[in-house]
Amino acid sequence: MQALPENEPASPQLEAEQHVATTSHSRWRWLVIAVPFLWLLVFFLAPFLMVFKISLSGQVLAIPPYAPQWDWATGLQGLQAFWQELSLDNYIWLSEDELYWKAYLSSIRIAGMATLLCLLIGFPMAYAMARAPKRMQPLLVMLVILPFWTSFLIRVYAWIGILKTEGLLNQFLLGLGVINEPLVILNTNIAVYIGIVYSYLPFMVLPLYATLEKLDTSLLEAAQDLGCPPLKTFWTITLPLAKPGILAGCFLVLIPAVGEFVIPDILGGSETLMIGKTLWVEFFSNRDWPLASAVAIVLLAILIMPIMLFQRQQQKSAEVGL
Amino acid sequence: MAKKPLGPVRRTFSPWEEPSNQPFIEFQSVTKTFGDHIAVDNLSLKIYKREFHALLGGSGCGKTTMMRMLAGFEQPTSGCILLEGEDITRVPPHKRPVNMMFQSYALFPHMSVWDNIAFGLKQEAFSKREISARVAEMLRLVKLEPFARRKPHQLSGGQRQRVALARSLAKRPKVLLLDEPLAALDKKLREETQIELMNLQEELRMTFLIVTHDQEEAMNLADRISVMDAGHILQVATPGEIYEQPSSRYVADFIGDINFFECTVKGMNASVATLDSAELGTTLQVEVGEKPQLGSSVTLAVRPEKLRISFEKPEGENQNILQGEVWDIAYMGDVSIYHIKVSQDHTIRTIVTNTTRLVERPITWEDKVWLAFDYDAGVLLTA
Repeated sequence: MQALPENEPASPQLEAEQHVATTSHSRWRWLVIAVPFLWLLVFFLAPFLMVFKISLSGQVLAIPPYAPQWDWATGLQGLQAFWQELSLDNYIWLSEDELYWKAYLSSIRIAGMATLLCLLIGFPMAYAMARAPKRMQPLLVMLVILPFWTSFLIRVYAWIGILKTEGLLNQFLLGLGVINEPLVILNTNIAVYIGIVYSYLPFMVLPLYATLEKLDTSLLEAAQDLGCPPLKTFWTITLPLAKPGILAGCFLVLIPAVGEFVIPDILGGSETLMIGKTLWVEFFSNRDWPLASAVAIVLLAILIMPIMLFQRQQQKSAEVGL
Repeated sequence: MAKKPLGPVRRTFSPWEEPSNQPFIEFQSVTKTFGDHIAVDNLSLKIYKREFHALLGGSGCGKTTMMRMLAGFEQPTSGCILLEGEDITRVPPHKRPVNMMFQSYALFPHMSVWDNIAFGLKQEAFSKREISARVAEMLRLVKLEPFARRKPHQLSGGQRQRVALARSLAKRPKVLLLDEPLAALDKKLREETQIELMNLQEELRMTFLIVTHDQEEAMNLADRISVMDAGHILQVATPGEIYEQPSSRYVADFIGDINFFECTVKGMNASVATLDSAELGTTLQVEVGEKPQLGSSVTLAVRPEKLRISFEKPEGENQNILQGEVWDIAYMGDVSIYHIKVSQDHTIRTIVTNTTRLVERPITWEDKVWLAFDYDAGVLLTA
């Protein structure tokens, strides 16, 4: 073909916009940026530092139940003494007692498994929603969001009524004659899976739907036109293009599920080992605030990695404009 | 708007004139309905091997539905589609030896230019070496070799268009379908690409089917044009025939600019019909092939460039002569369009080529002028 201009010049409008942003609006821009940073400082960083400080303290029978305390009145010398009393003992304890490591691993395993289940159930749901007639779609999105209108706690409690030995599910299955004696589901890990998948499914479906809804159907037609059978088109075109949605959904389910406390507490049994429950026991039953704080800090450290990966993915897909 | 003269015939290629020739693609009374809407109405069409065929029509005329049925994305409600004599009506799109270049280009955003072009080849039993060779050949063909590793979002509109073209040609399909392929390009690039497309089609000896709403594009590219309206094909003919012998008022009006005169047939003399025009208050003569019925209402259609304009009353035989006043002049640069008022409520458009650089026009507003056109310059339309 004939020589064509290799690159279209950058839009002059864009340059003009950038120019305006760097001059007259820069003061406003700082103010706008400062608000979320201030929010993070007050409601995330400050509490985090407090918890971190407690995790370096020792347990005492007092109010508050940890020491050392730093008294402003003792001045610089007091600060030095305070500093020397802080220690990593709680972290050493955490690494030595296998209960905690088991709880962490078990939490990640349960959350990971539940995330996978959410993906397997959520993807076909989101796909069907995205391919439904346009006028139906707002209704379908609404139905996915609808459970949020009821308290999370009540919805989890309701599962007890369904899953217990003489519950709805067992009555139904016994009535049908599928089983001869009631299934034991409540107070097992299966009940925890059911609870997590049920509670977090919307967090999987919504980002998946948002991605799939944007997917240009002419891409699928193009793939088939070029000789790609429908199933292979799904693997080579639909799935890679849905990746941002899949990752967003997985992180949105995985991250809160790892630290989940309510669901294992209500639906799980003695075999269910999750870090959220361990933390609760340390904090309220043993009143060991420093150790509980250390458990929380380590949990955060574990979760920060997927959060960062998630952030990077979001940035990347924003750059590509997918 | 001025219509470019057709110029020399590109090549003598007219397989449709030989009745014994087998059509390459054949639509046999195909109907497609969407709910109550009839998109394509009992339509038959034959396209021949190595033909560059254009489906031309306004939006909603059914041209895109025709193409999508050939690609396999839509199933005809009734009728069948043959390719090389074989019924492909029920063959799924991924098994048809037909490739399409999409209007939106539909490039895979997560794949490089190279992978986009190789995509179709990877679906077949080609070796890695064959694929590399073919992709390199395609990149050379569309002059995109330096961009093989880029992703579609890193390319300009024109470059993306060429990737889409290369991708649809890579498998050497029996038919290449082009869905408004140049709609997103600016005028200059579009004209260049049109020439490239024609050269490509000649070089690759493939059958091309293009869908377009742009009559100039269709005239420029195609061997034959099917003019479509409301699910029907109104005329299938070469660009020259479509322009000079439109079969109906709709086709005449859709392609290029034209003057219409409503008349009744008054008499016939050899091959010349005499028409009575009430609105002009005069009679007009036109050479006809088929004799119209005496007394029937007809339309005489004359292209603006077929009219001659002068101050002096034109001399000579076999021409219709009208008198009028210059009402308006539209200066287009290369030509000027004169609107001549010939009666109380009838204005005729004529085109004068601006052969000199004189801005001062010899014929100007409110001048009394004569218009003349030959007996064989007009077309008699009964539909």
